[in-house]
Amino acid sequence: MTKAEEKETAQNLLNEIKRLSAGLERPWRFMEVCGTHTVSIFRAGLRQMLPGQVELVSGPGCPVCVTPDDYMDRAIAYAEREDVILATFGDMLKVPGSSSSLGEAKAAGADIRIVYSPLDSIQVARENPDKKVVFLAVGFETTAPTAAATVLEAERQGIGNLYMLSAQKLVPPALRMLMSDPEVRVDGFLLPGHVAVVTGTEVFRFVAEEYHMPGVVAGFEPLQILYALLLLCRQAAAGEARIENAYGSVVRSEGNPHSREVLGKVYETADAEWRGIGKIPVSGLRMKEEYARSDIERAVPLDLESKPKKTACRCGEVLRGIVTPRECPLFGKACVPTHAVGPCMVSVEGVCAAWYKYGQGVFRFGG
Amino acid sequence: MCLAVPAKVIEIRDALGKVELSGVTRDVSLMLLPEARVGDFVLVHAGFAMQIVDEQSAEETNALLAEMNGAPRTVI
Amino acid sequence: MMTERITLAHGAGGKISQELMEEVILPEFGNPALNELHDGAVVKMGGQVAFTTDSYVVKPLFFAGGNIGKLAVCGTVNDLAMTGAVPRYISAGVIIEEGFPIADLKVIVHTMRQMAEEAGVSIVTGDTKVVEKGKADGIFINTAGIGDLLPGVRISPRNVRPGMKVILSGYLGDHAAAILAGRHGLELPDTVRTDCAPLNKLVQVMLEAAPDIAVLRDPTRGGLAAVLNEIAGASKTGILIDEEALPIRSEVQGICDILGFDPLYLANEGKVVAFVPANREHAVLEAMRVDPYGREARTIGEVVAEAVGQVGLRTSIGGIRVVDMPLGNLVPRIC
Repeated sequence: MTKAEEKETAQNLLNEIKRLSAGLERPWRFMEVCGTHTVSIFRAGLRQMLPGQVELVSGPGCPVCVTPDDYMDRAIAYAEREDVILATFGDMLKVPGSSSSLGEAKAAGADIRIVYSPLDSIQVARENPDKKVVFLAVGFETTAPTAAATVLEAERQGIGNLYMLSAQKLVPPALRMLMSDPEVRVDGFLLPGHVAVVTGTEVFRFVAEEYHMPGVVAGFEPLQILYALLLLCRQAAAGEARIENAYGSVVRSEGNPHSREVLGKVYETADAEWRGIGKIPVSGLRMKEEYARSDIERAVPLDLESKPKKTACRCGEVLRGIVTPRECPLFGKACVPTHAVGPCMVSVEGVCAAWYKYGQGVFRFGG
Repeated sequence: MCLAVPAKVIEIRDALGKVELSGVTRDVSLMLLPEARVGDFVLVHAGFAMQIVDEQSAEETNALLAEMNGAPRTVI
Repeated sequence: MMTERITLAHGAGGKISQELMEEVILPEFGNPALNELHDGAVVKMGGQVAFTTDSYVVKPLFFAGGNIGKLAVCGTVNDLAMTGAVPRYISAGVIIEEGFPIADLKVIVHTMRQMAEEAGVSIVTGDTKVVEKGKADGIFINTAGIGDLLPGVRISPRNVRPGMKVILSGYLGDHAAAILAGRHGLELPDTVRTDCAPLNKLVQVMLEAAPDIAVLRDPTRGGLAAVLNEIAGASKTGILIDEEALPIRSEVQGICDILGFDPLYLANEGKVVAFVPANREHAVLEAMRVDPYGREARTIGEVVAEAVGQVGLRTSIGGIRVVDMPLGNLVPRIC
């Protein structure tokens, strides 16, 4: 498609979305579950192009947003140890713990390496045999198998000083929690395309069948997102609830069974704590007993008392679309992008950060 | 949290593949996608190939979108 | 006889220091003012003088298409050029880590000389210090420079008015991409090289074509996004740029796609952004395209009265998004 055709297609998709949503009593609210969707939507300027009758709500699929304080506190505590090198994705550097962040720990002298791939931490471990290399294994179904594969690969190479600090999360249980919450008002889900690459589409079937909620698996190009939104509008307009796959180039109904097999060798499901939301049953992963030696929390237990920071931050409700940022007492006062209290203000694309910058959360140039 | 890009497999040595995107190359692990072959486009996430890109399906989506522009549908 | 590596004695001011000066520095930089080897250089200037300084720390020290020495000379030359001055004299202060290979120092010094020659500036005073191993990262360089202000030129963000065109001299992000090579396991094609270059001659032809250019800036750290935000803020105008007009090499875009970077935030070392009255747009572009560093010059956007202090980007599918001030270092993300 040429640029001009892309632009024309975008306009056609928007017109159709506009037509379907015209005259609604209240706007449709669609939740983009995945943080990467949030970023793509922001980068393409899609929120501003959509009619007022279609609202996008950012969901809990952003590791920066849902990683709890106490996980960050543990990560920082390990990083501060002389015998530890911490390896992490860049995303985690600015996430606040209860009193500090990895970025601050790094400035204070902690050895923290930013890696692109968990496999890169094997190299760090090999080059530093006298140190314990701890990888921050965060992420959702897409990323979780990469940490598991890294553990298996380190084992194969006889690397004994690589450990995981695991806090991976699973998307379907979070969707179930959201839909079971009477306060949460959404009309459909833009389902995470790259999670579905691993899980397949079947795991989302309950969304439509049990909760009568439309769901469309979407890619990440602006046109793919608009197309998925149109499919959601069509379902909403017809009062239907189905799971559709608008990202067939890489999402198969069976997913990637090989990834799940690798994951299953190293990890098992467990309850997990989501920042701002709380504990969700079987929504996380922990390392199996056979790999306890690679689990830093079991290999080198920390004597760290978790002191949950008591703040008036309402990110949990913001993340579920229950309140708008303006209803939070900290918003724009104690909590601003350069000194974020809650996760929604940390990420540039976080709901609160967007509201802080652009009034209603919608950037209208010159408006 | 799942940034992933399609890239072409240009070389395979054991469970390691070399992929290329606009002339930029990087080694990626094929541990999660052992069926990948040289010449395949694969979706790469965090240094791992995650799935083979089905170009026919991508074309079908494009054709569907093109239909919205009033163009005749080229893929059935 | 020179040793192969820098020792603390090279910075001690005695005979060994003198040897370093005579065998490594003077053969390259030698000029009447420097050859005096006095405590300071005495030079002649025209009238109003522009004066700037910058310190250079970069890892790796050598990268595709350049090294720290190239940055140190071009960076200061360009800072002077952006004020509307003709760069004349430069100082070089060098802090070297004990054990640094003298062969590498020679390459760096030689590159500095080449760049100074190309820019038409003289390195007239300098200083060398050596610190213990582990107290510096190879070599740090500070340069300061002075230049003669071109008559009739008034570069200031306050002169930016709605309707002015935003012109960019060429491809974005090449320098940052070249520095990223080898990091995160990326292998880059030969076509990705630093764009580091002295821009004073390009700037001079631009100012000859349009003495009323409002602002000139080189989008180094923080990239185009930082420069545009600073100007939007200082000029109390809005700036709207066009995604489709932005020149980005596909290789650089590829790196960005893999690591989750935005090319608007990548550093450049040989690019200039100019805010030009609309009626001079074509004259400036024509003048730029004759210069080797301005061949890809193009208009990327314009100044608007709405959205004061903000930078907007018209996306290729027809939306507008805000281009924020960068919030810190670029790190690869997976989200």
